[in-house]
Amino acid sequence: MIRLDQVSKHFGPLVAVDRVDMEVPAGEVCVLLGPSGCGKTTTMKMINRLIEPSAGKIFVDGKDAASVDEVTLRRSIGYVIQQIGLFPNMTVEDNICVVPDLLGWPRRKSRARAADLLELVNLDPGIFLKRYPKQLSGGQQQRIGVARALAADPPVLLMDEPFGAIDPINREVIQDEFMKLQAELKKTVVFVSHDIDEAVKMASRIAIFRDGRLIQYDTPDAILARPVDAFVAEFVGSDRTLKRLRLLKVTDAMMADPPRVRAEDPIETAVKLMEEHGHASVVMVGPRGRARGVVRLEAVQGRKGVVGDHQEPLPGVVNVKSDLRTAVSEMFTHGLTWLACVDDEGFYKGYITQRGVSQALGAPYKDR
Amino acid sequence: METLAFMAANVPVIGHRMLEHVSLVGVSVLVAIATGVPIGILITQNQAAADRVLYGAAVIMTIPSIALFGVLIPILSLIGQGIGYLPAVIALILYAQLPIIRNTYTAIMNVDPALREAARGMGMTTLQRLRRVELPLALPVIINGVRNAVVLNIAIGAIATYIGAGGLGTFISRGISQTDIRQLLTGAITVSLLAIMADMALVGLQRAITSPGLRLR
Amino acid sequence: MLLLLAVFACGAWLQAQGFLPSLLRYRGDVLYLIRGHLELAALSGALAIAVGLPLGIVLSRPRFEAYADMVIQVVNLGTTIPTLALIAIAMSVLGIGAPPAVFALFVLTLLPIVLNTVAGLRSVPGYLIEAARGMGMTPWQVLRRVELPNAVYVILAGVRTAMAINVGTVPLAFLIGGGGLGELIFTGIDLMEPTMLLAGAIPTALLAVLVDFAIGQAQFWLVPRGVNPLR
Repeated sequence: MIRLDQVSKHFGPLVAVDRVDMEVPAGEVCVLLGPSGCGKTTTMKMINRLIEPSAGKIFVDGKDAASVDEVTLRRSIGYVIQQIGLFPNMTVEDNICVVPDLLGWPRRKSRARAADLLELVNLDPGIFLKRYPKQLSGGQQQRIGVARALAADPPVLLMDEPFGAIDPINREVIQDEFMKLQAELKKTVVFVSHDIDEAVKMASRIAIFRDGRLIQYDTPDAILARPVDAFVAEFVGSDRTLKRLRLLKVTDAMMADPPRVRAEDPIETAVKLMEEHGHASVVMVGPRGRARGVVRLEAVQGRKGVVGDHQEPLPGVVNVKSDLRTAVSEMFTHGLTWLACVDDEGFYKGYITQRGVSQALGAPYKDR
Repeated sequence: METLAFMAANVPVIGHRMLEHVSLVGVSVLVAIATGVPIGILITQNQAAADRVLYGAAVIMTIPSIALFGVLIPILSLIGQGIGYLPAVIALILYAQLPIIRNTYTAIMNVDPALREAARGMGMTTLQRLRRVELPLALPVIINGVRNAVVLNIAIGAIATYIGAGGLGTFISRGISQTDIRQLLTGAITVSLLAIMADMALVGLQRAITSPGLRLR
Repeated sequence: MLLLLAVFACGAWLQAQGFLPSLLRYRGDVLYLIRGHLELAALSGALAIAVGLPLGIVLSRPRFEAYADMVIQVVNLGTTIPTLALIAIAMSVLGIGAPPAVFALFVLTLLPIVLNTVAGLRSVPGYLIEAARGMGMTPWQVLRRVELPNAVYVILAGVRTAMAINVGTVPLAFLIGGGGLGELIFTGIDLMEPTMLLAGAIPTALLAVLVDFAIGQAQFWLVPRGVNPLR
């Protein structure tokens, strides 16, 4: 959707951006990341030609951006900036309708669109349409900033540290809202940030810049797992492996299709099953497969009767949709080496162990 | 050229008029500082009073000088001072109030509340706070108000010649009535130079008096 | 309130002195002169706005920034020149009559309008302009939809002070042959005729206050609500 081909920008003797090549596929969120002055903002602004490249070509939707009239180009690209930049002289409604008005949409259509967009960003149109920006909180303003960028339904969004000026608690909320929106709208987003956690959370791909050069361009997990050099490793942080836990799901580390027993099974069956798999315990499921409890080898060896008489409560359970961070946290909180994994309905899907987590992170697990 | 010759020939008269002008402006601005700064400080204590005082001063500013002179003449004639120095000085004092009061007031109100808090936290009394923190921080802005007042008063002082207060405006009034370009320009040039020089001098004073810590921005 | 009471007291006192009836003698003159007065103010003011606004806009464009600082220095210097000196200079160049009067008033009004237009436009935050450009506004649209609406309060404040000064200075224009209420004031002073003097001075003061008030109202109602500090 967006392709940069050997793009450079010089300000006098200063090289702000140095021969950058990159491609952002349609529907992906590409986060440009790096310390201040690394050229990430300049790179982004060259896409809508707020800054003209000194060399190289930029293609938006297959067309050379330099060959399109710059005003037309910008109207087809949503733009959100850190200072939000809502026009204080206009109501929320008029702010959202800026680009539709520039494009000459009929008034009825653009105003209806404004109301829809407010709904989309979780603000009540009845309350907010006629307000002025100065009557809104920072978080509300930035939601409207996003709505305004989406007004003419542009395929591409450029976002310049859009959530940087919002307090940490609201930032999380707005990031989550935006991700939900993005899952639905599938825009191609170029997002400038200096916050690695934000990047890991939002990005399909991260581009790390340093001194105007693109150092590494890859998925968040690949960047965290395999930083190309010491700079990237340091920039993403010494806790980069822990950060990956957020990116990986329980299913990535889960042993699926695990052994299980039922309440009416005789103890011998359970013992045999555990010895067969070399496990110290086995999960007991209900008639339709919901995880109900656990029997431990140590506690039942040599006993008689059925599993139901010797079951104990499950020590720890995690939803298969959770990320590994939640799972590991659950393990450490209760001092467990494994967790039972269930789906939304409570059906037993598998188990996850510390060894499994380690292996998912790509590290050999040394159990001694 | 002719004008220059005229000026050269009349240096003593120009000096005399200049002195008249400067004394008129000087006295009125000094009195205005003596009244305006305390008023400006006092009204920081009471929002309602501040609004009223500032509004009143703004209304006086709006009244054209020649109209104010006109109103003062009949009133002061009652004590036999209708024309001359006194009505001029009174009018100039009144005009100088607004810039001085307003700048004093806003300067003190604009002092960072955190600084005030810190001063209080260190155990300063209200007066100590005013003297050691608020006034030093406000001083450049107050000087700026004085500068506005001085420039304004030099201009109005020129008009005061029509009510017999003398000053550099006299050249202009005579120049007009005698259609004498030389006198006209002499008056215009000298009074403009006076205003520009006073302006520059006070800008210099403002810079000199601003704490080095405030200059860096 | 106090001011009103004082004015009322003055009125009562004047009445007792028999001033008010004699003041009314000048009614015809006053009405006639007010017309001339307002014509001068309106003509010079309209010219000043017509020249000052575009000039201020041009000076605030980034491409003229270098010149703008120089021009503003000169304009600042201009505002320190006393009014009477300005009138004297107008007379030395243009002689006597309405043209030099209008010219002097025009220059006097022009300077604050230019200064405030530049100041108002420069105070519009850069990120607003960038947001507007980034959304695809042409420079003209940025000016009309974003910069001017956000600067209009400051611009009108300039027009307001400039016009109040203008109306208050018209009497001086009488000295070099313009019309207006200055005729009553200066003749009153010359003839030591306080009633005549007041018949000119009071309406002059009222006109200035009225113009100030009227433009203040315009400022209140015309400036968009989102950027109007008064609303």
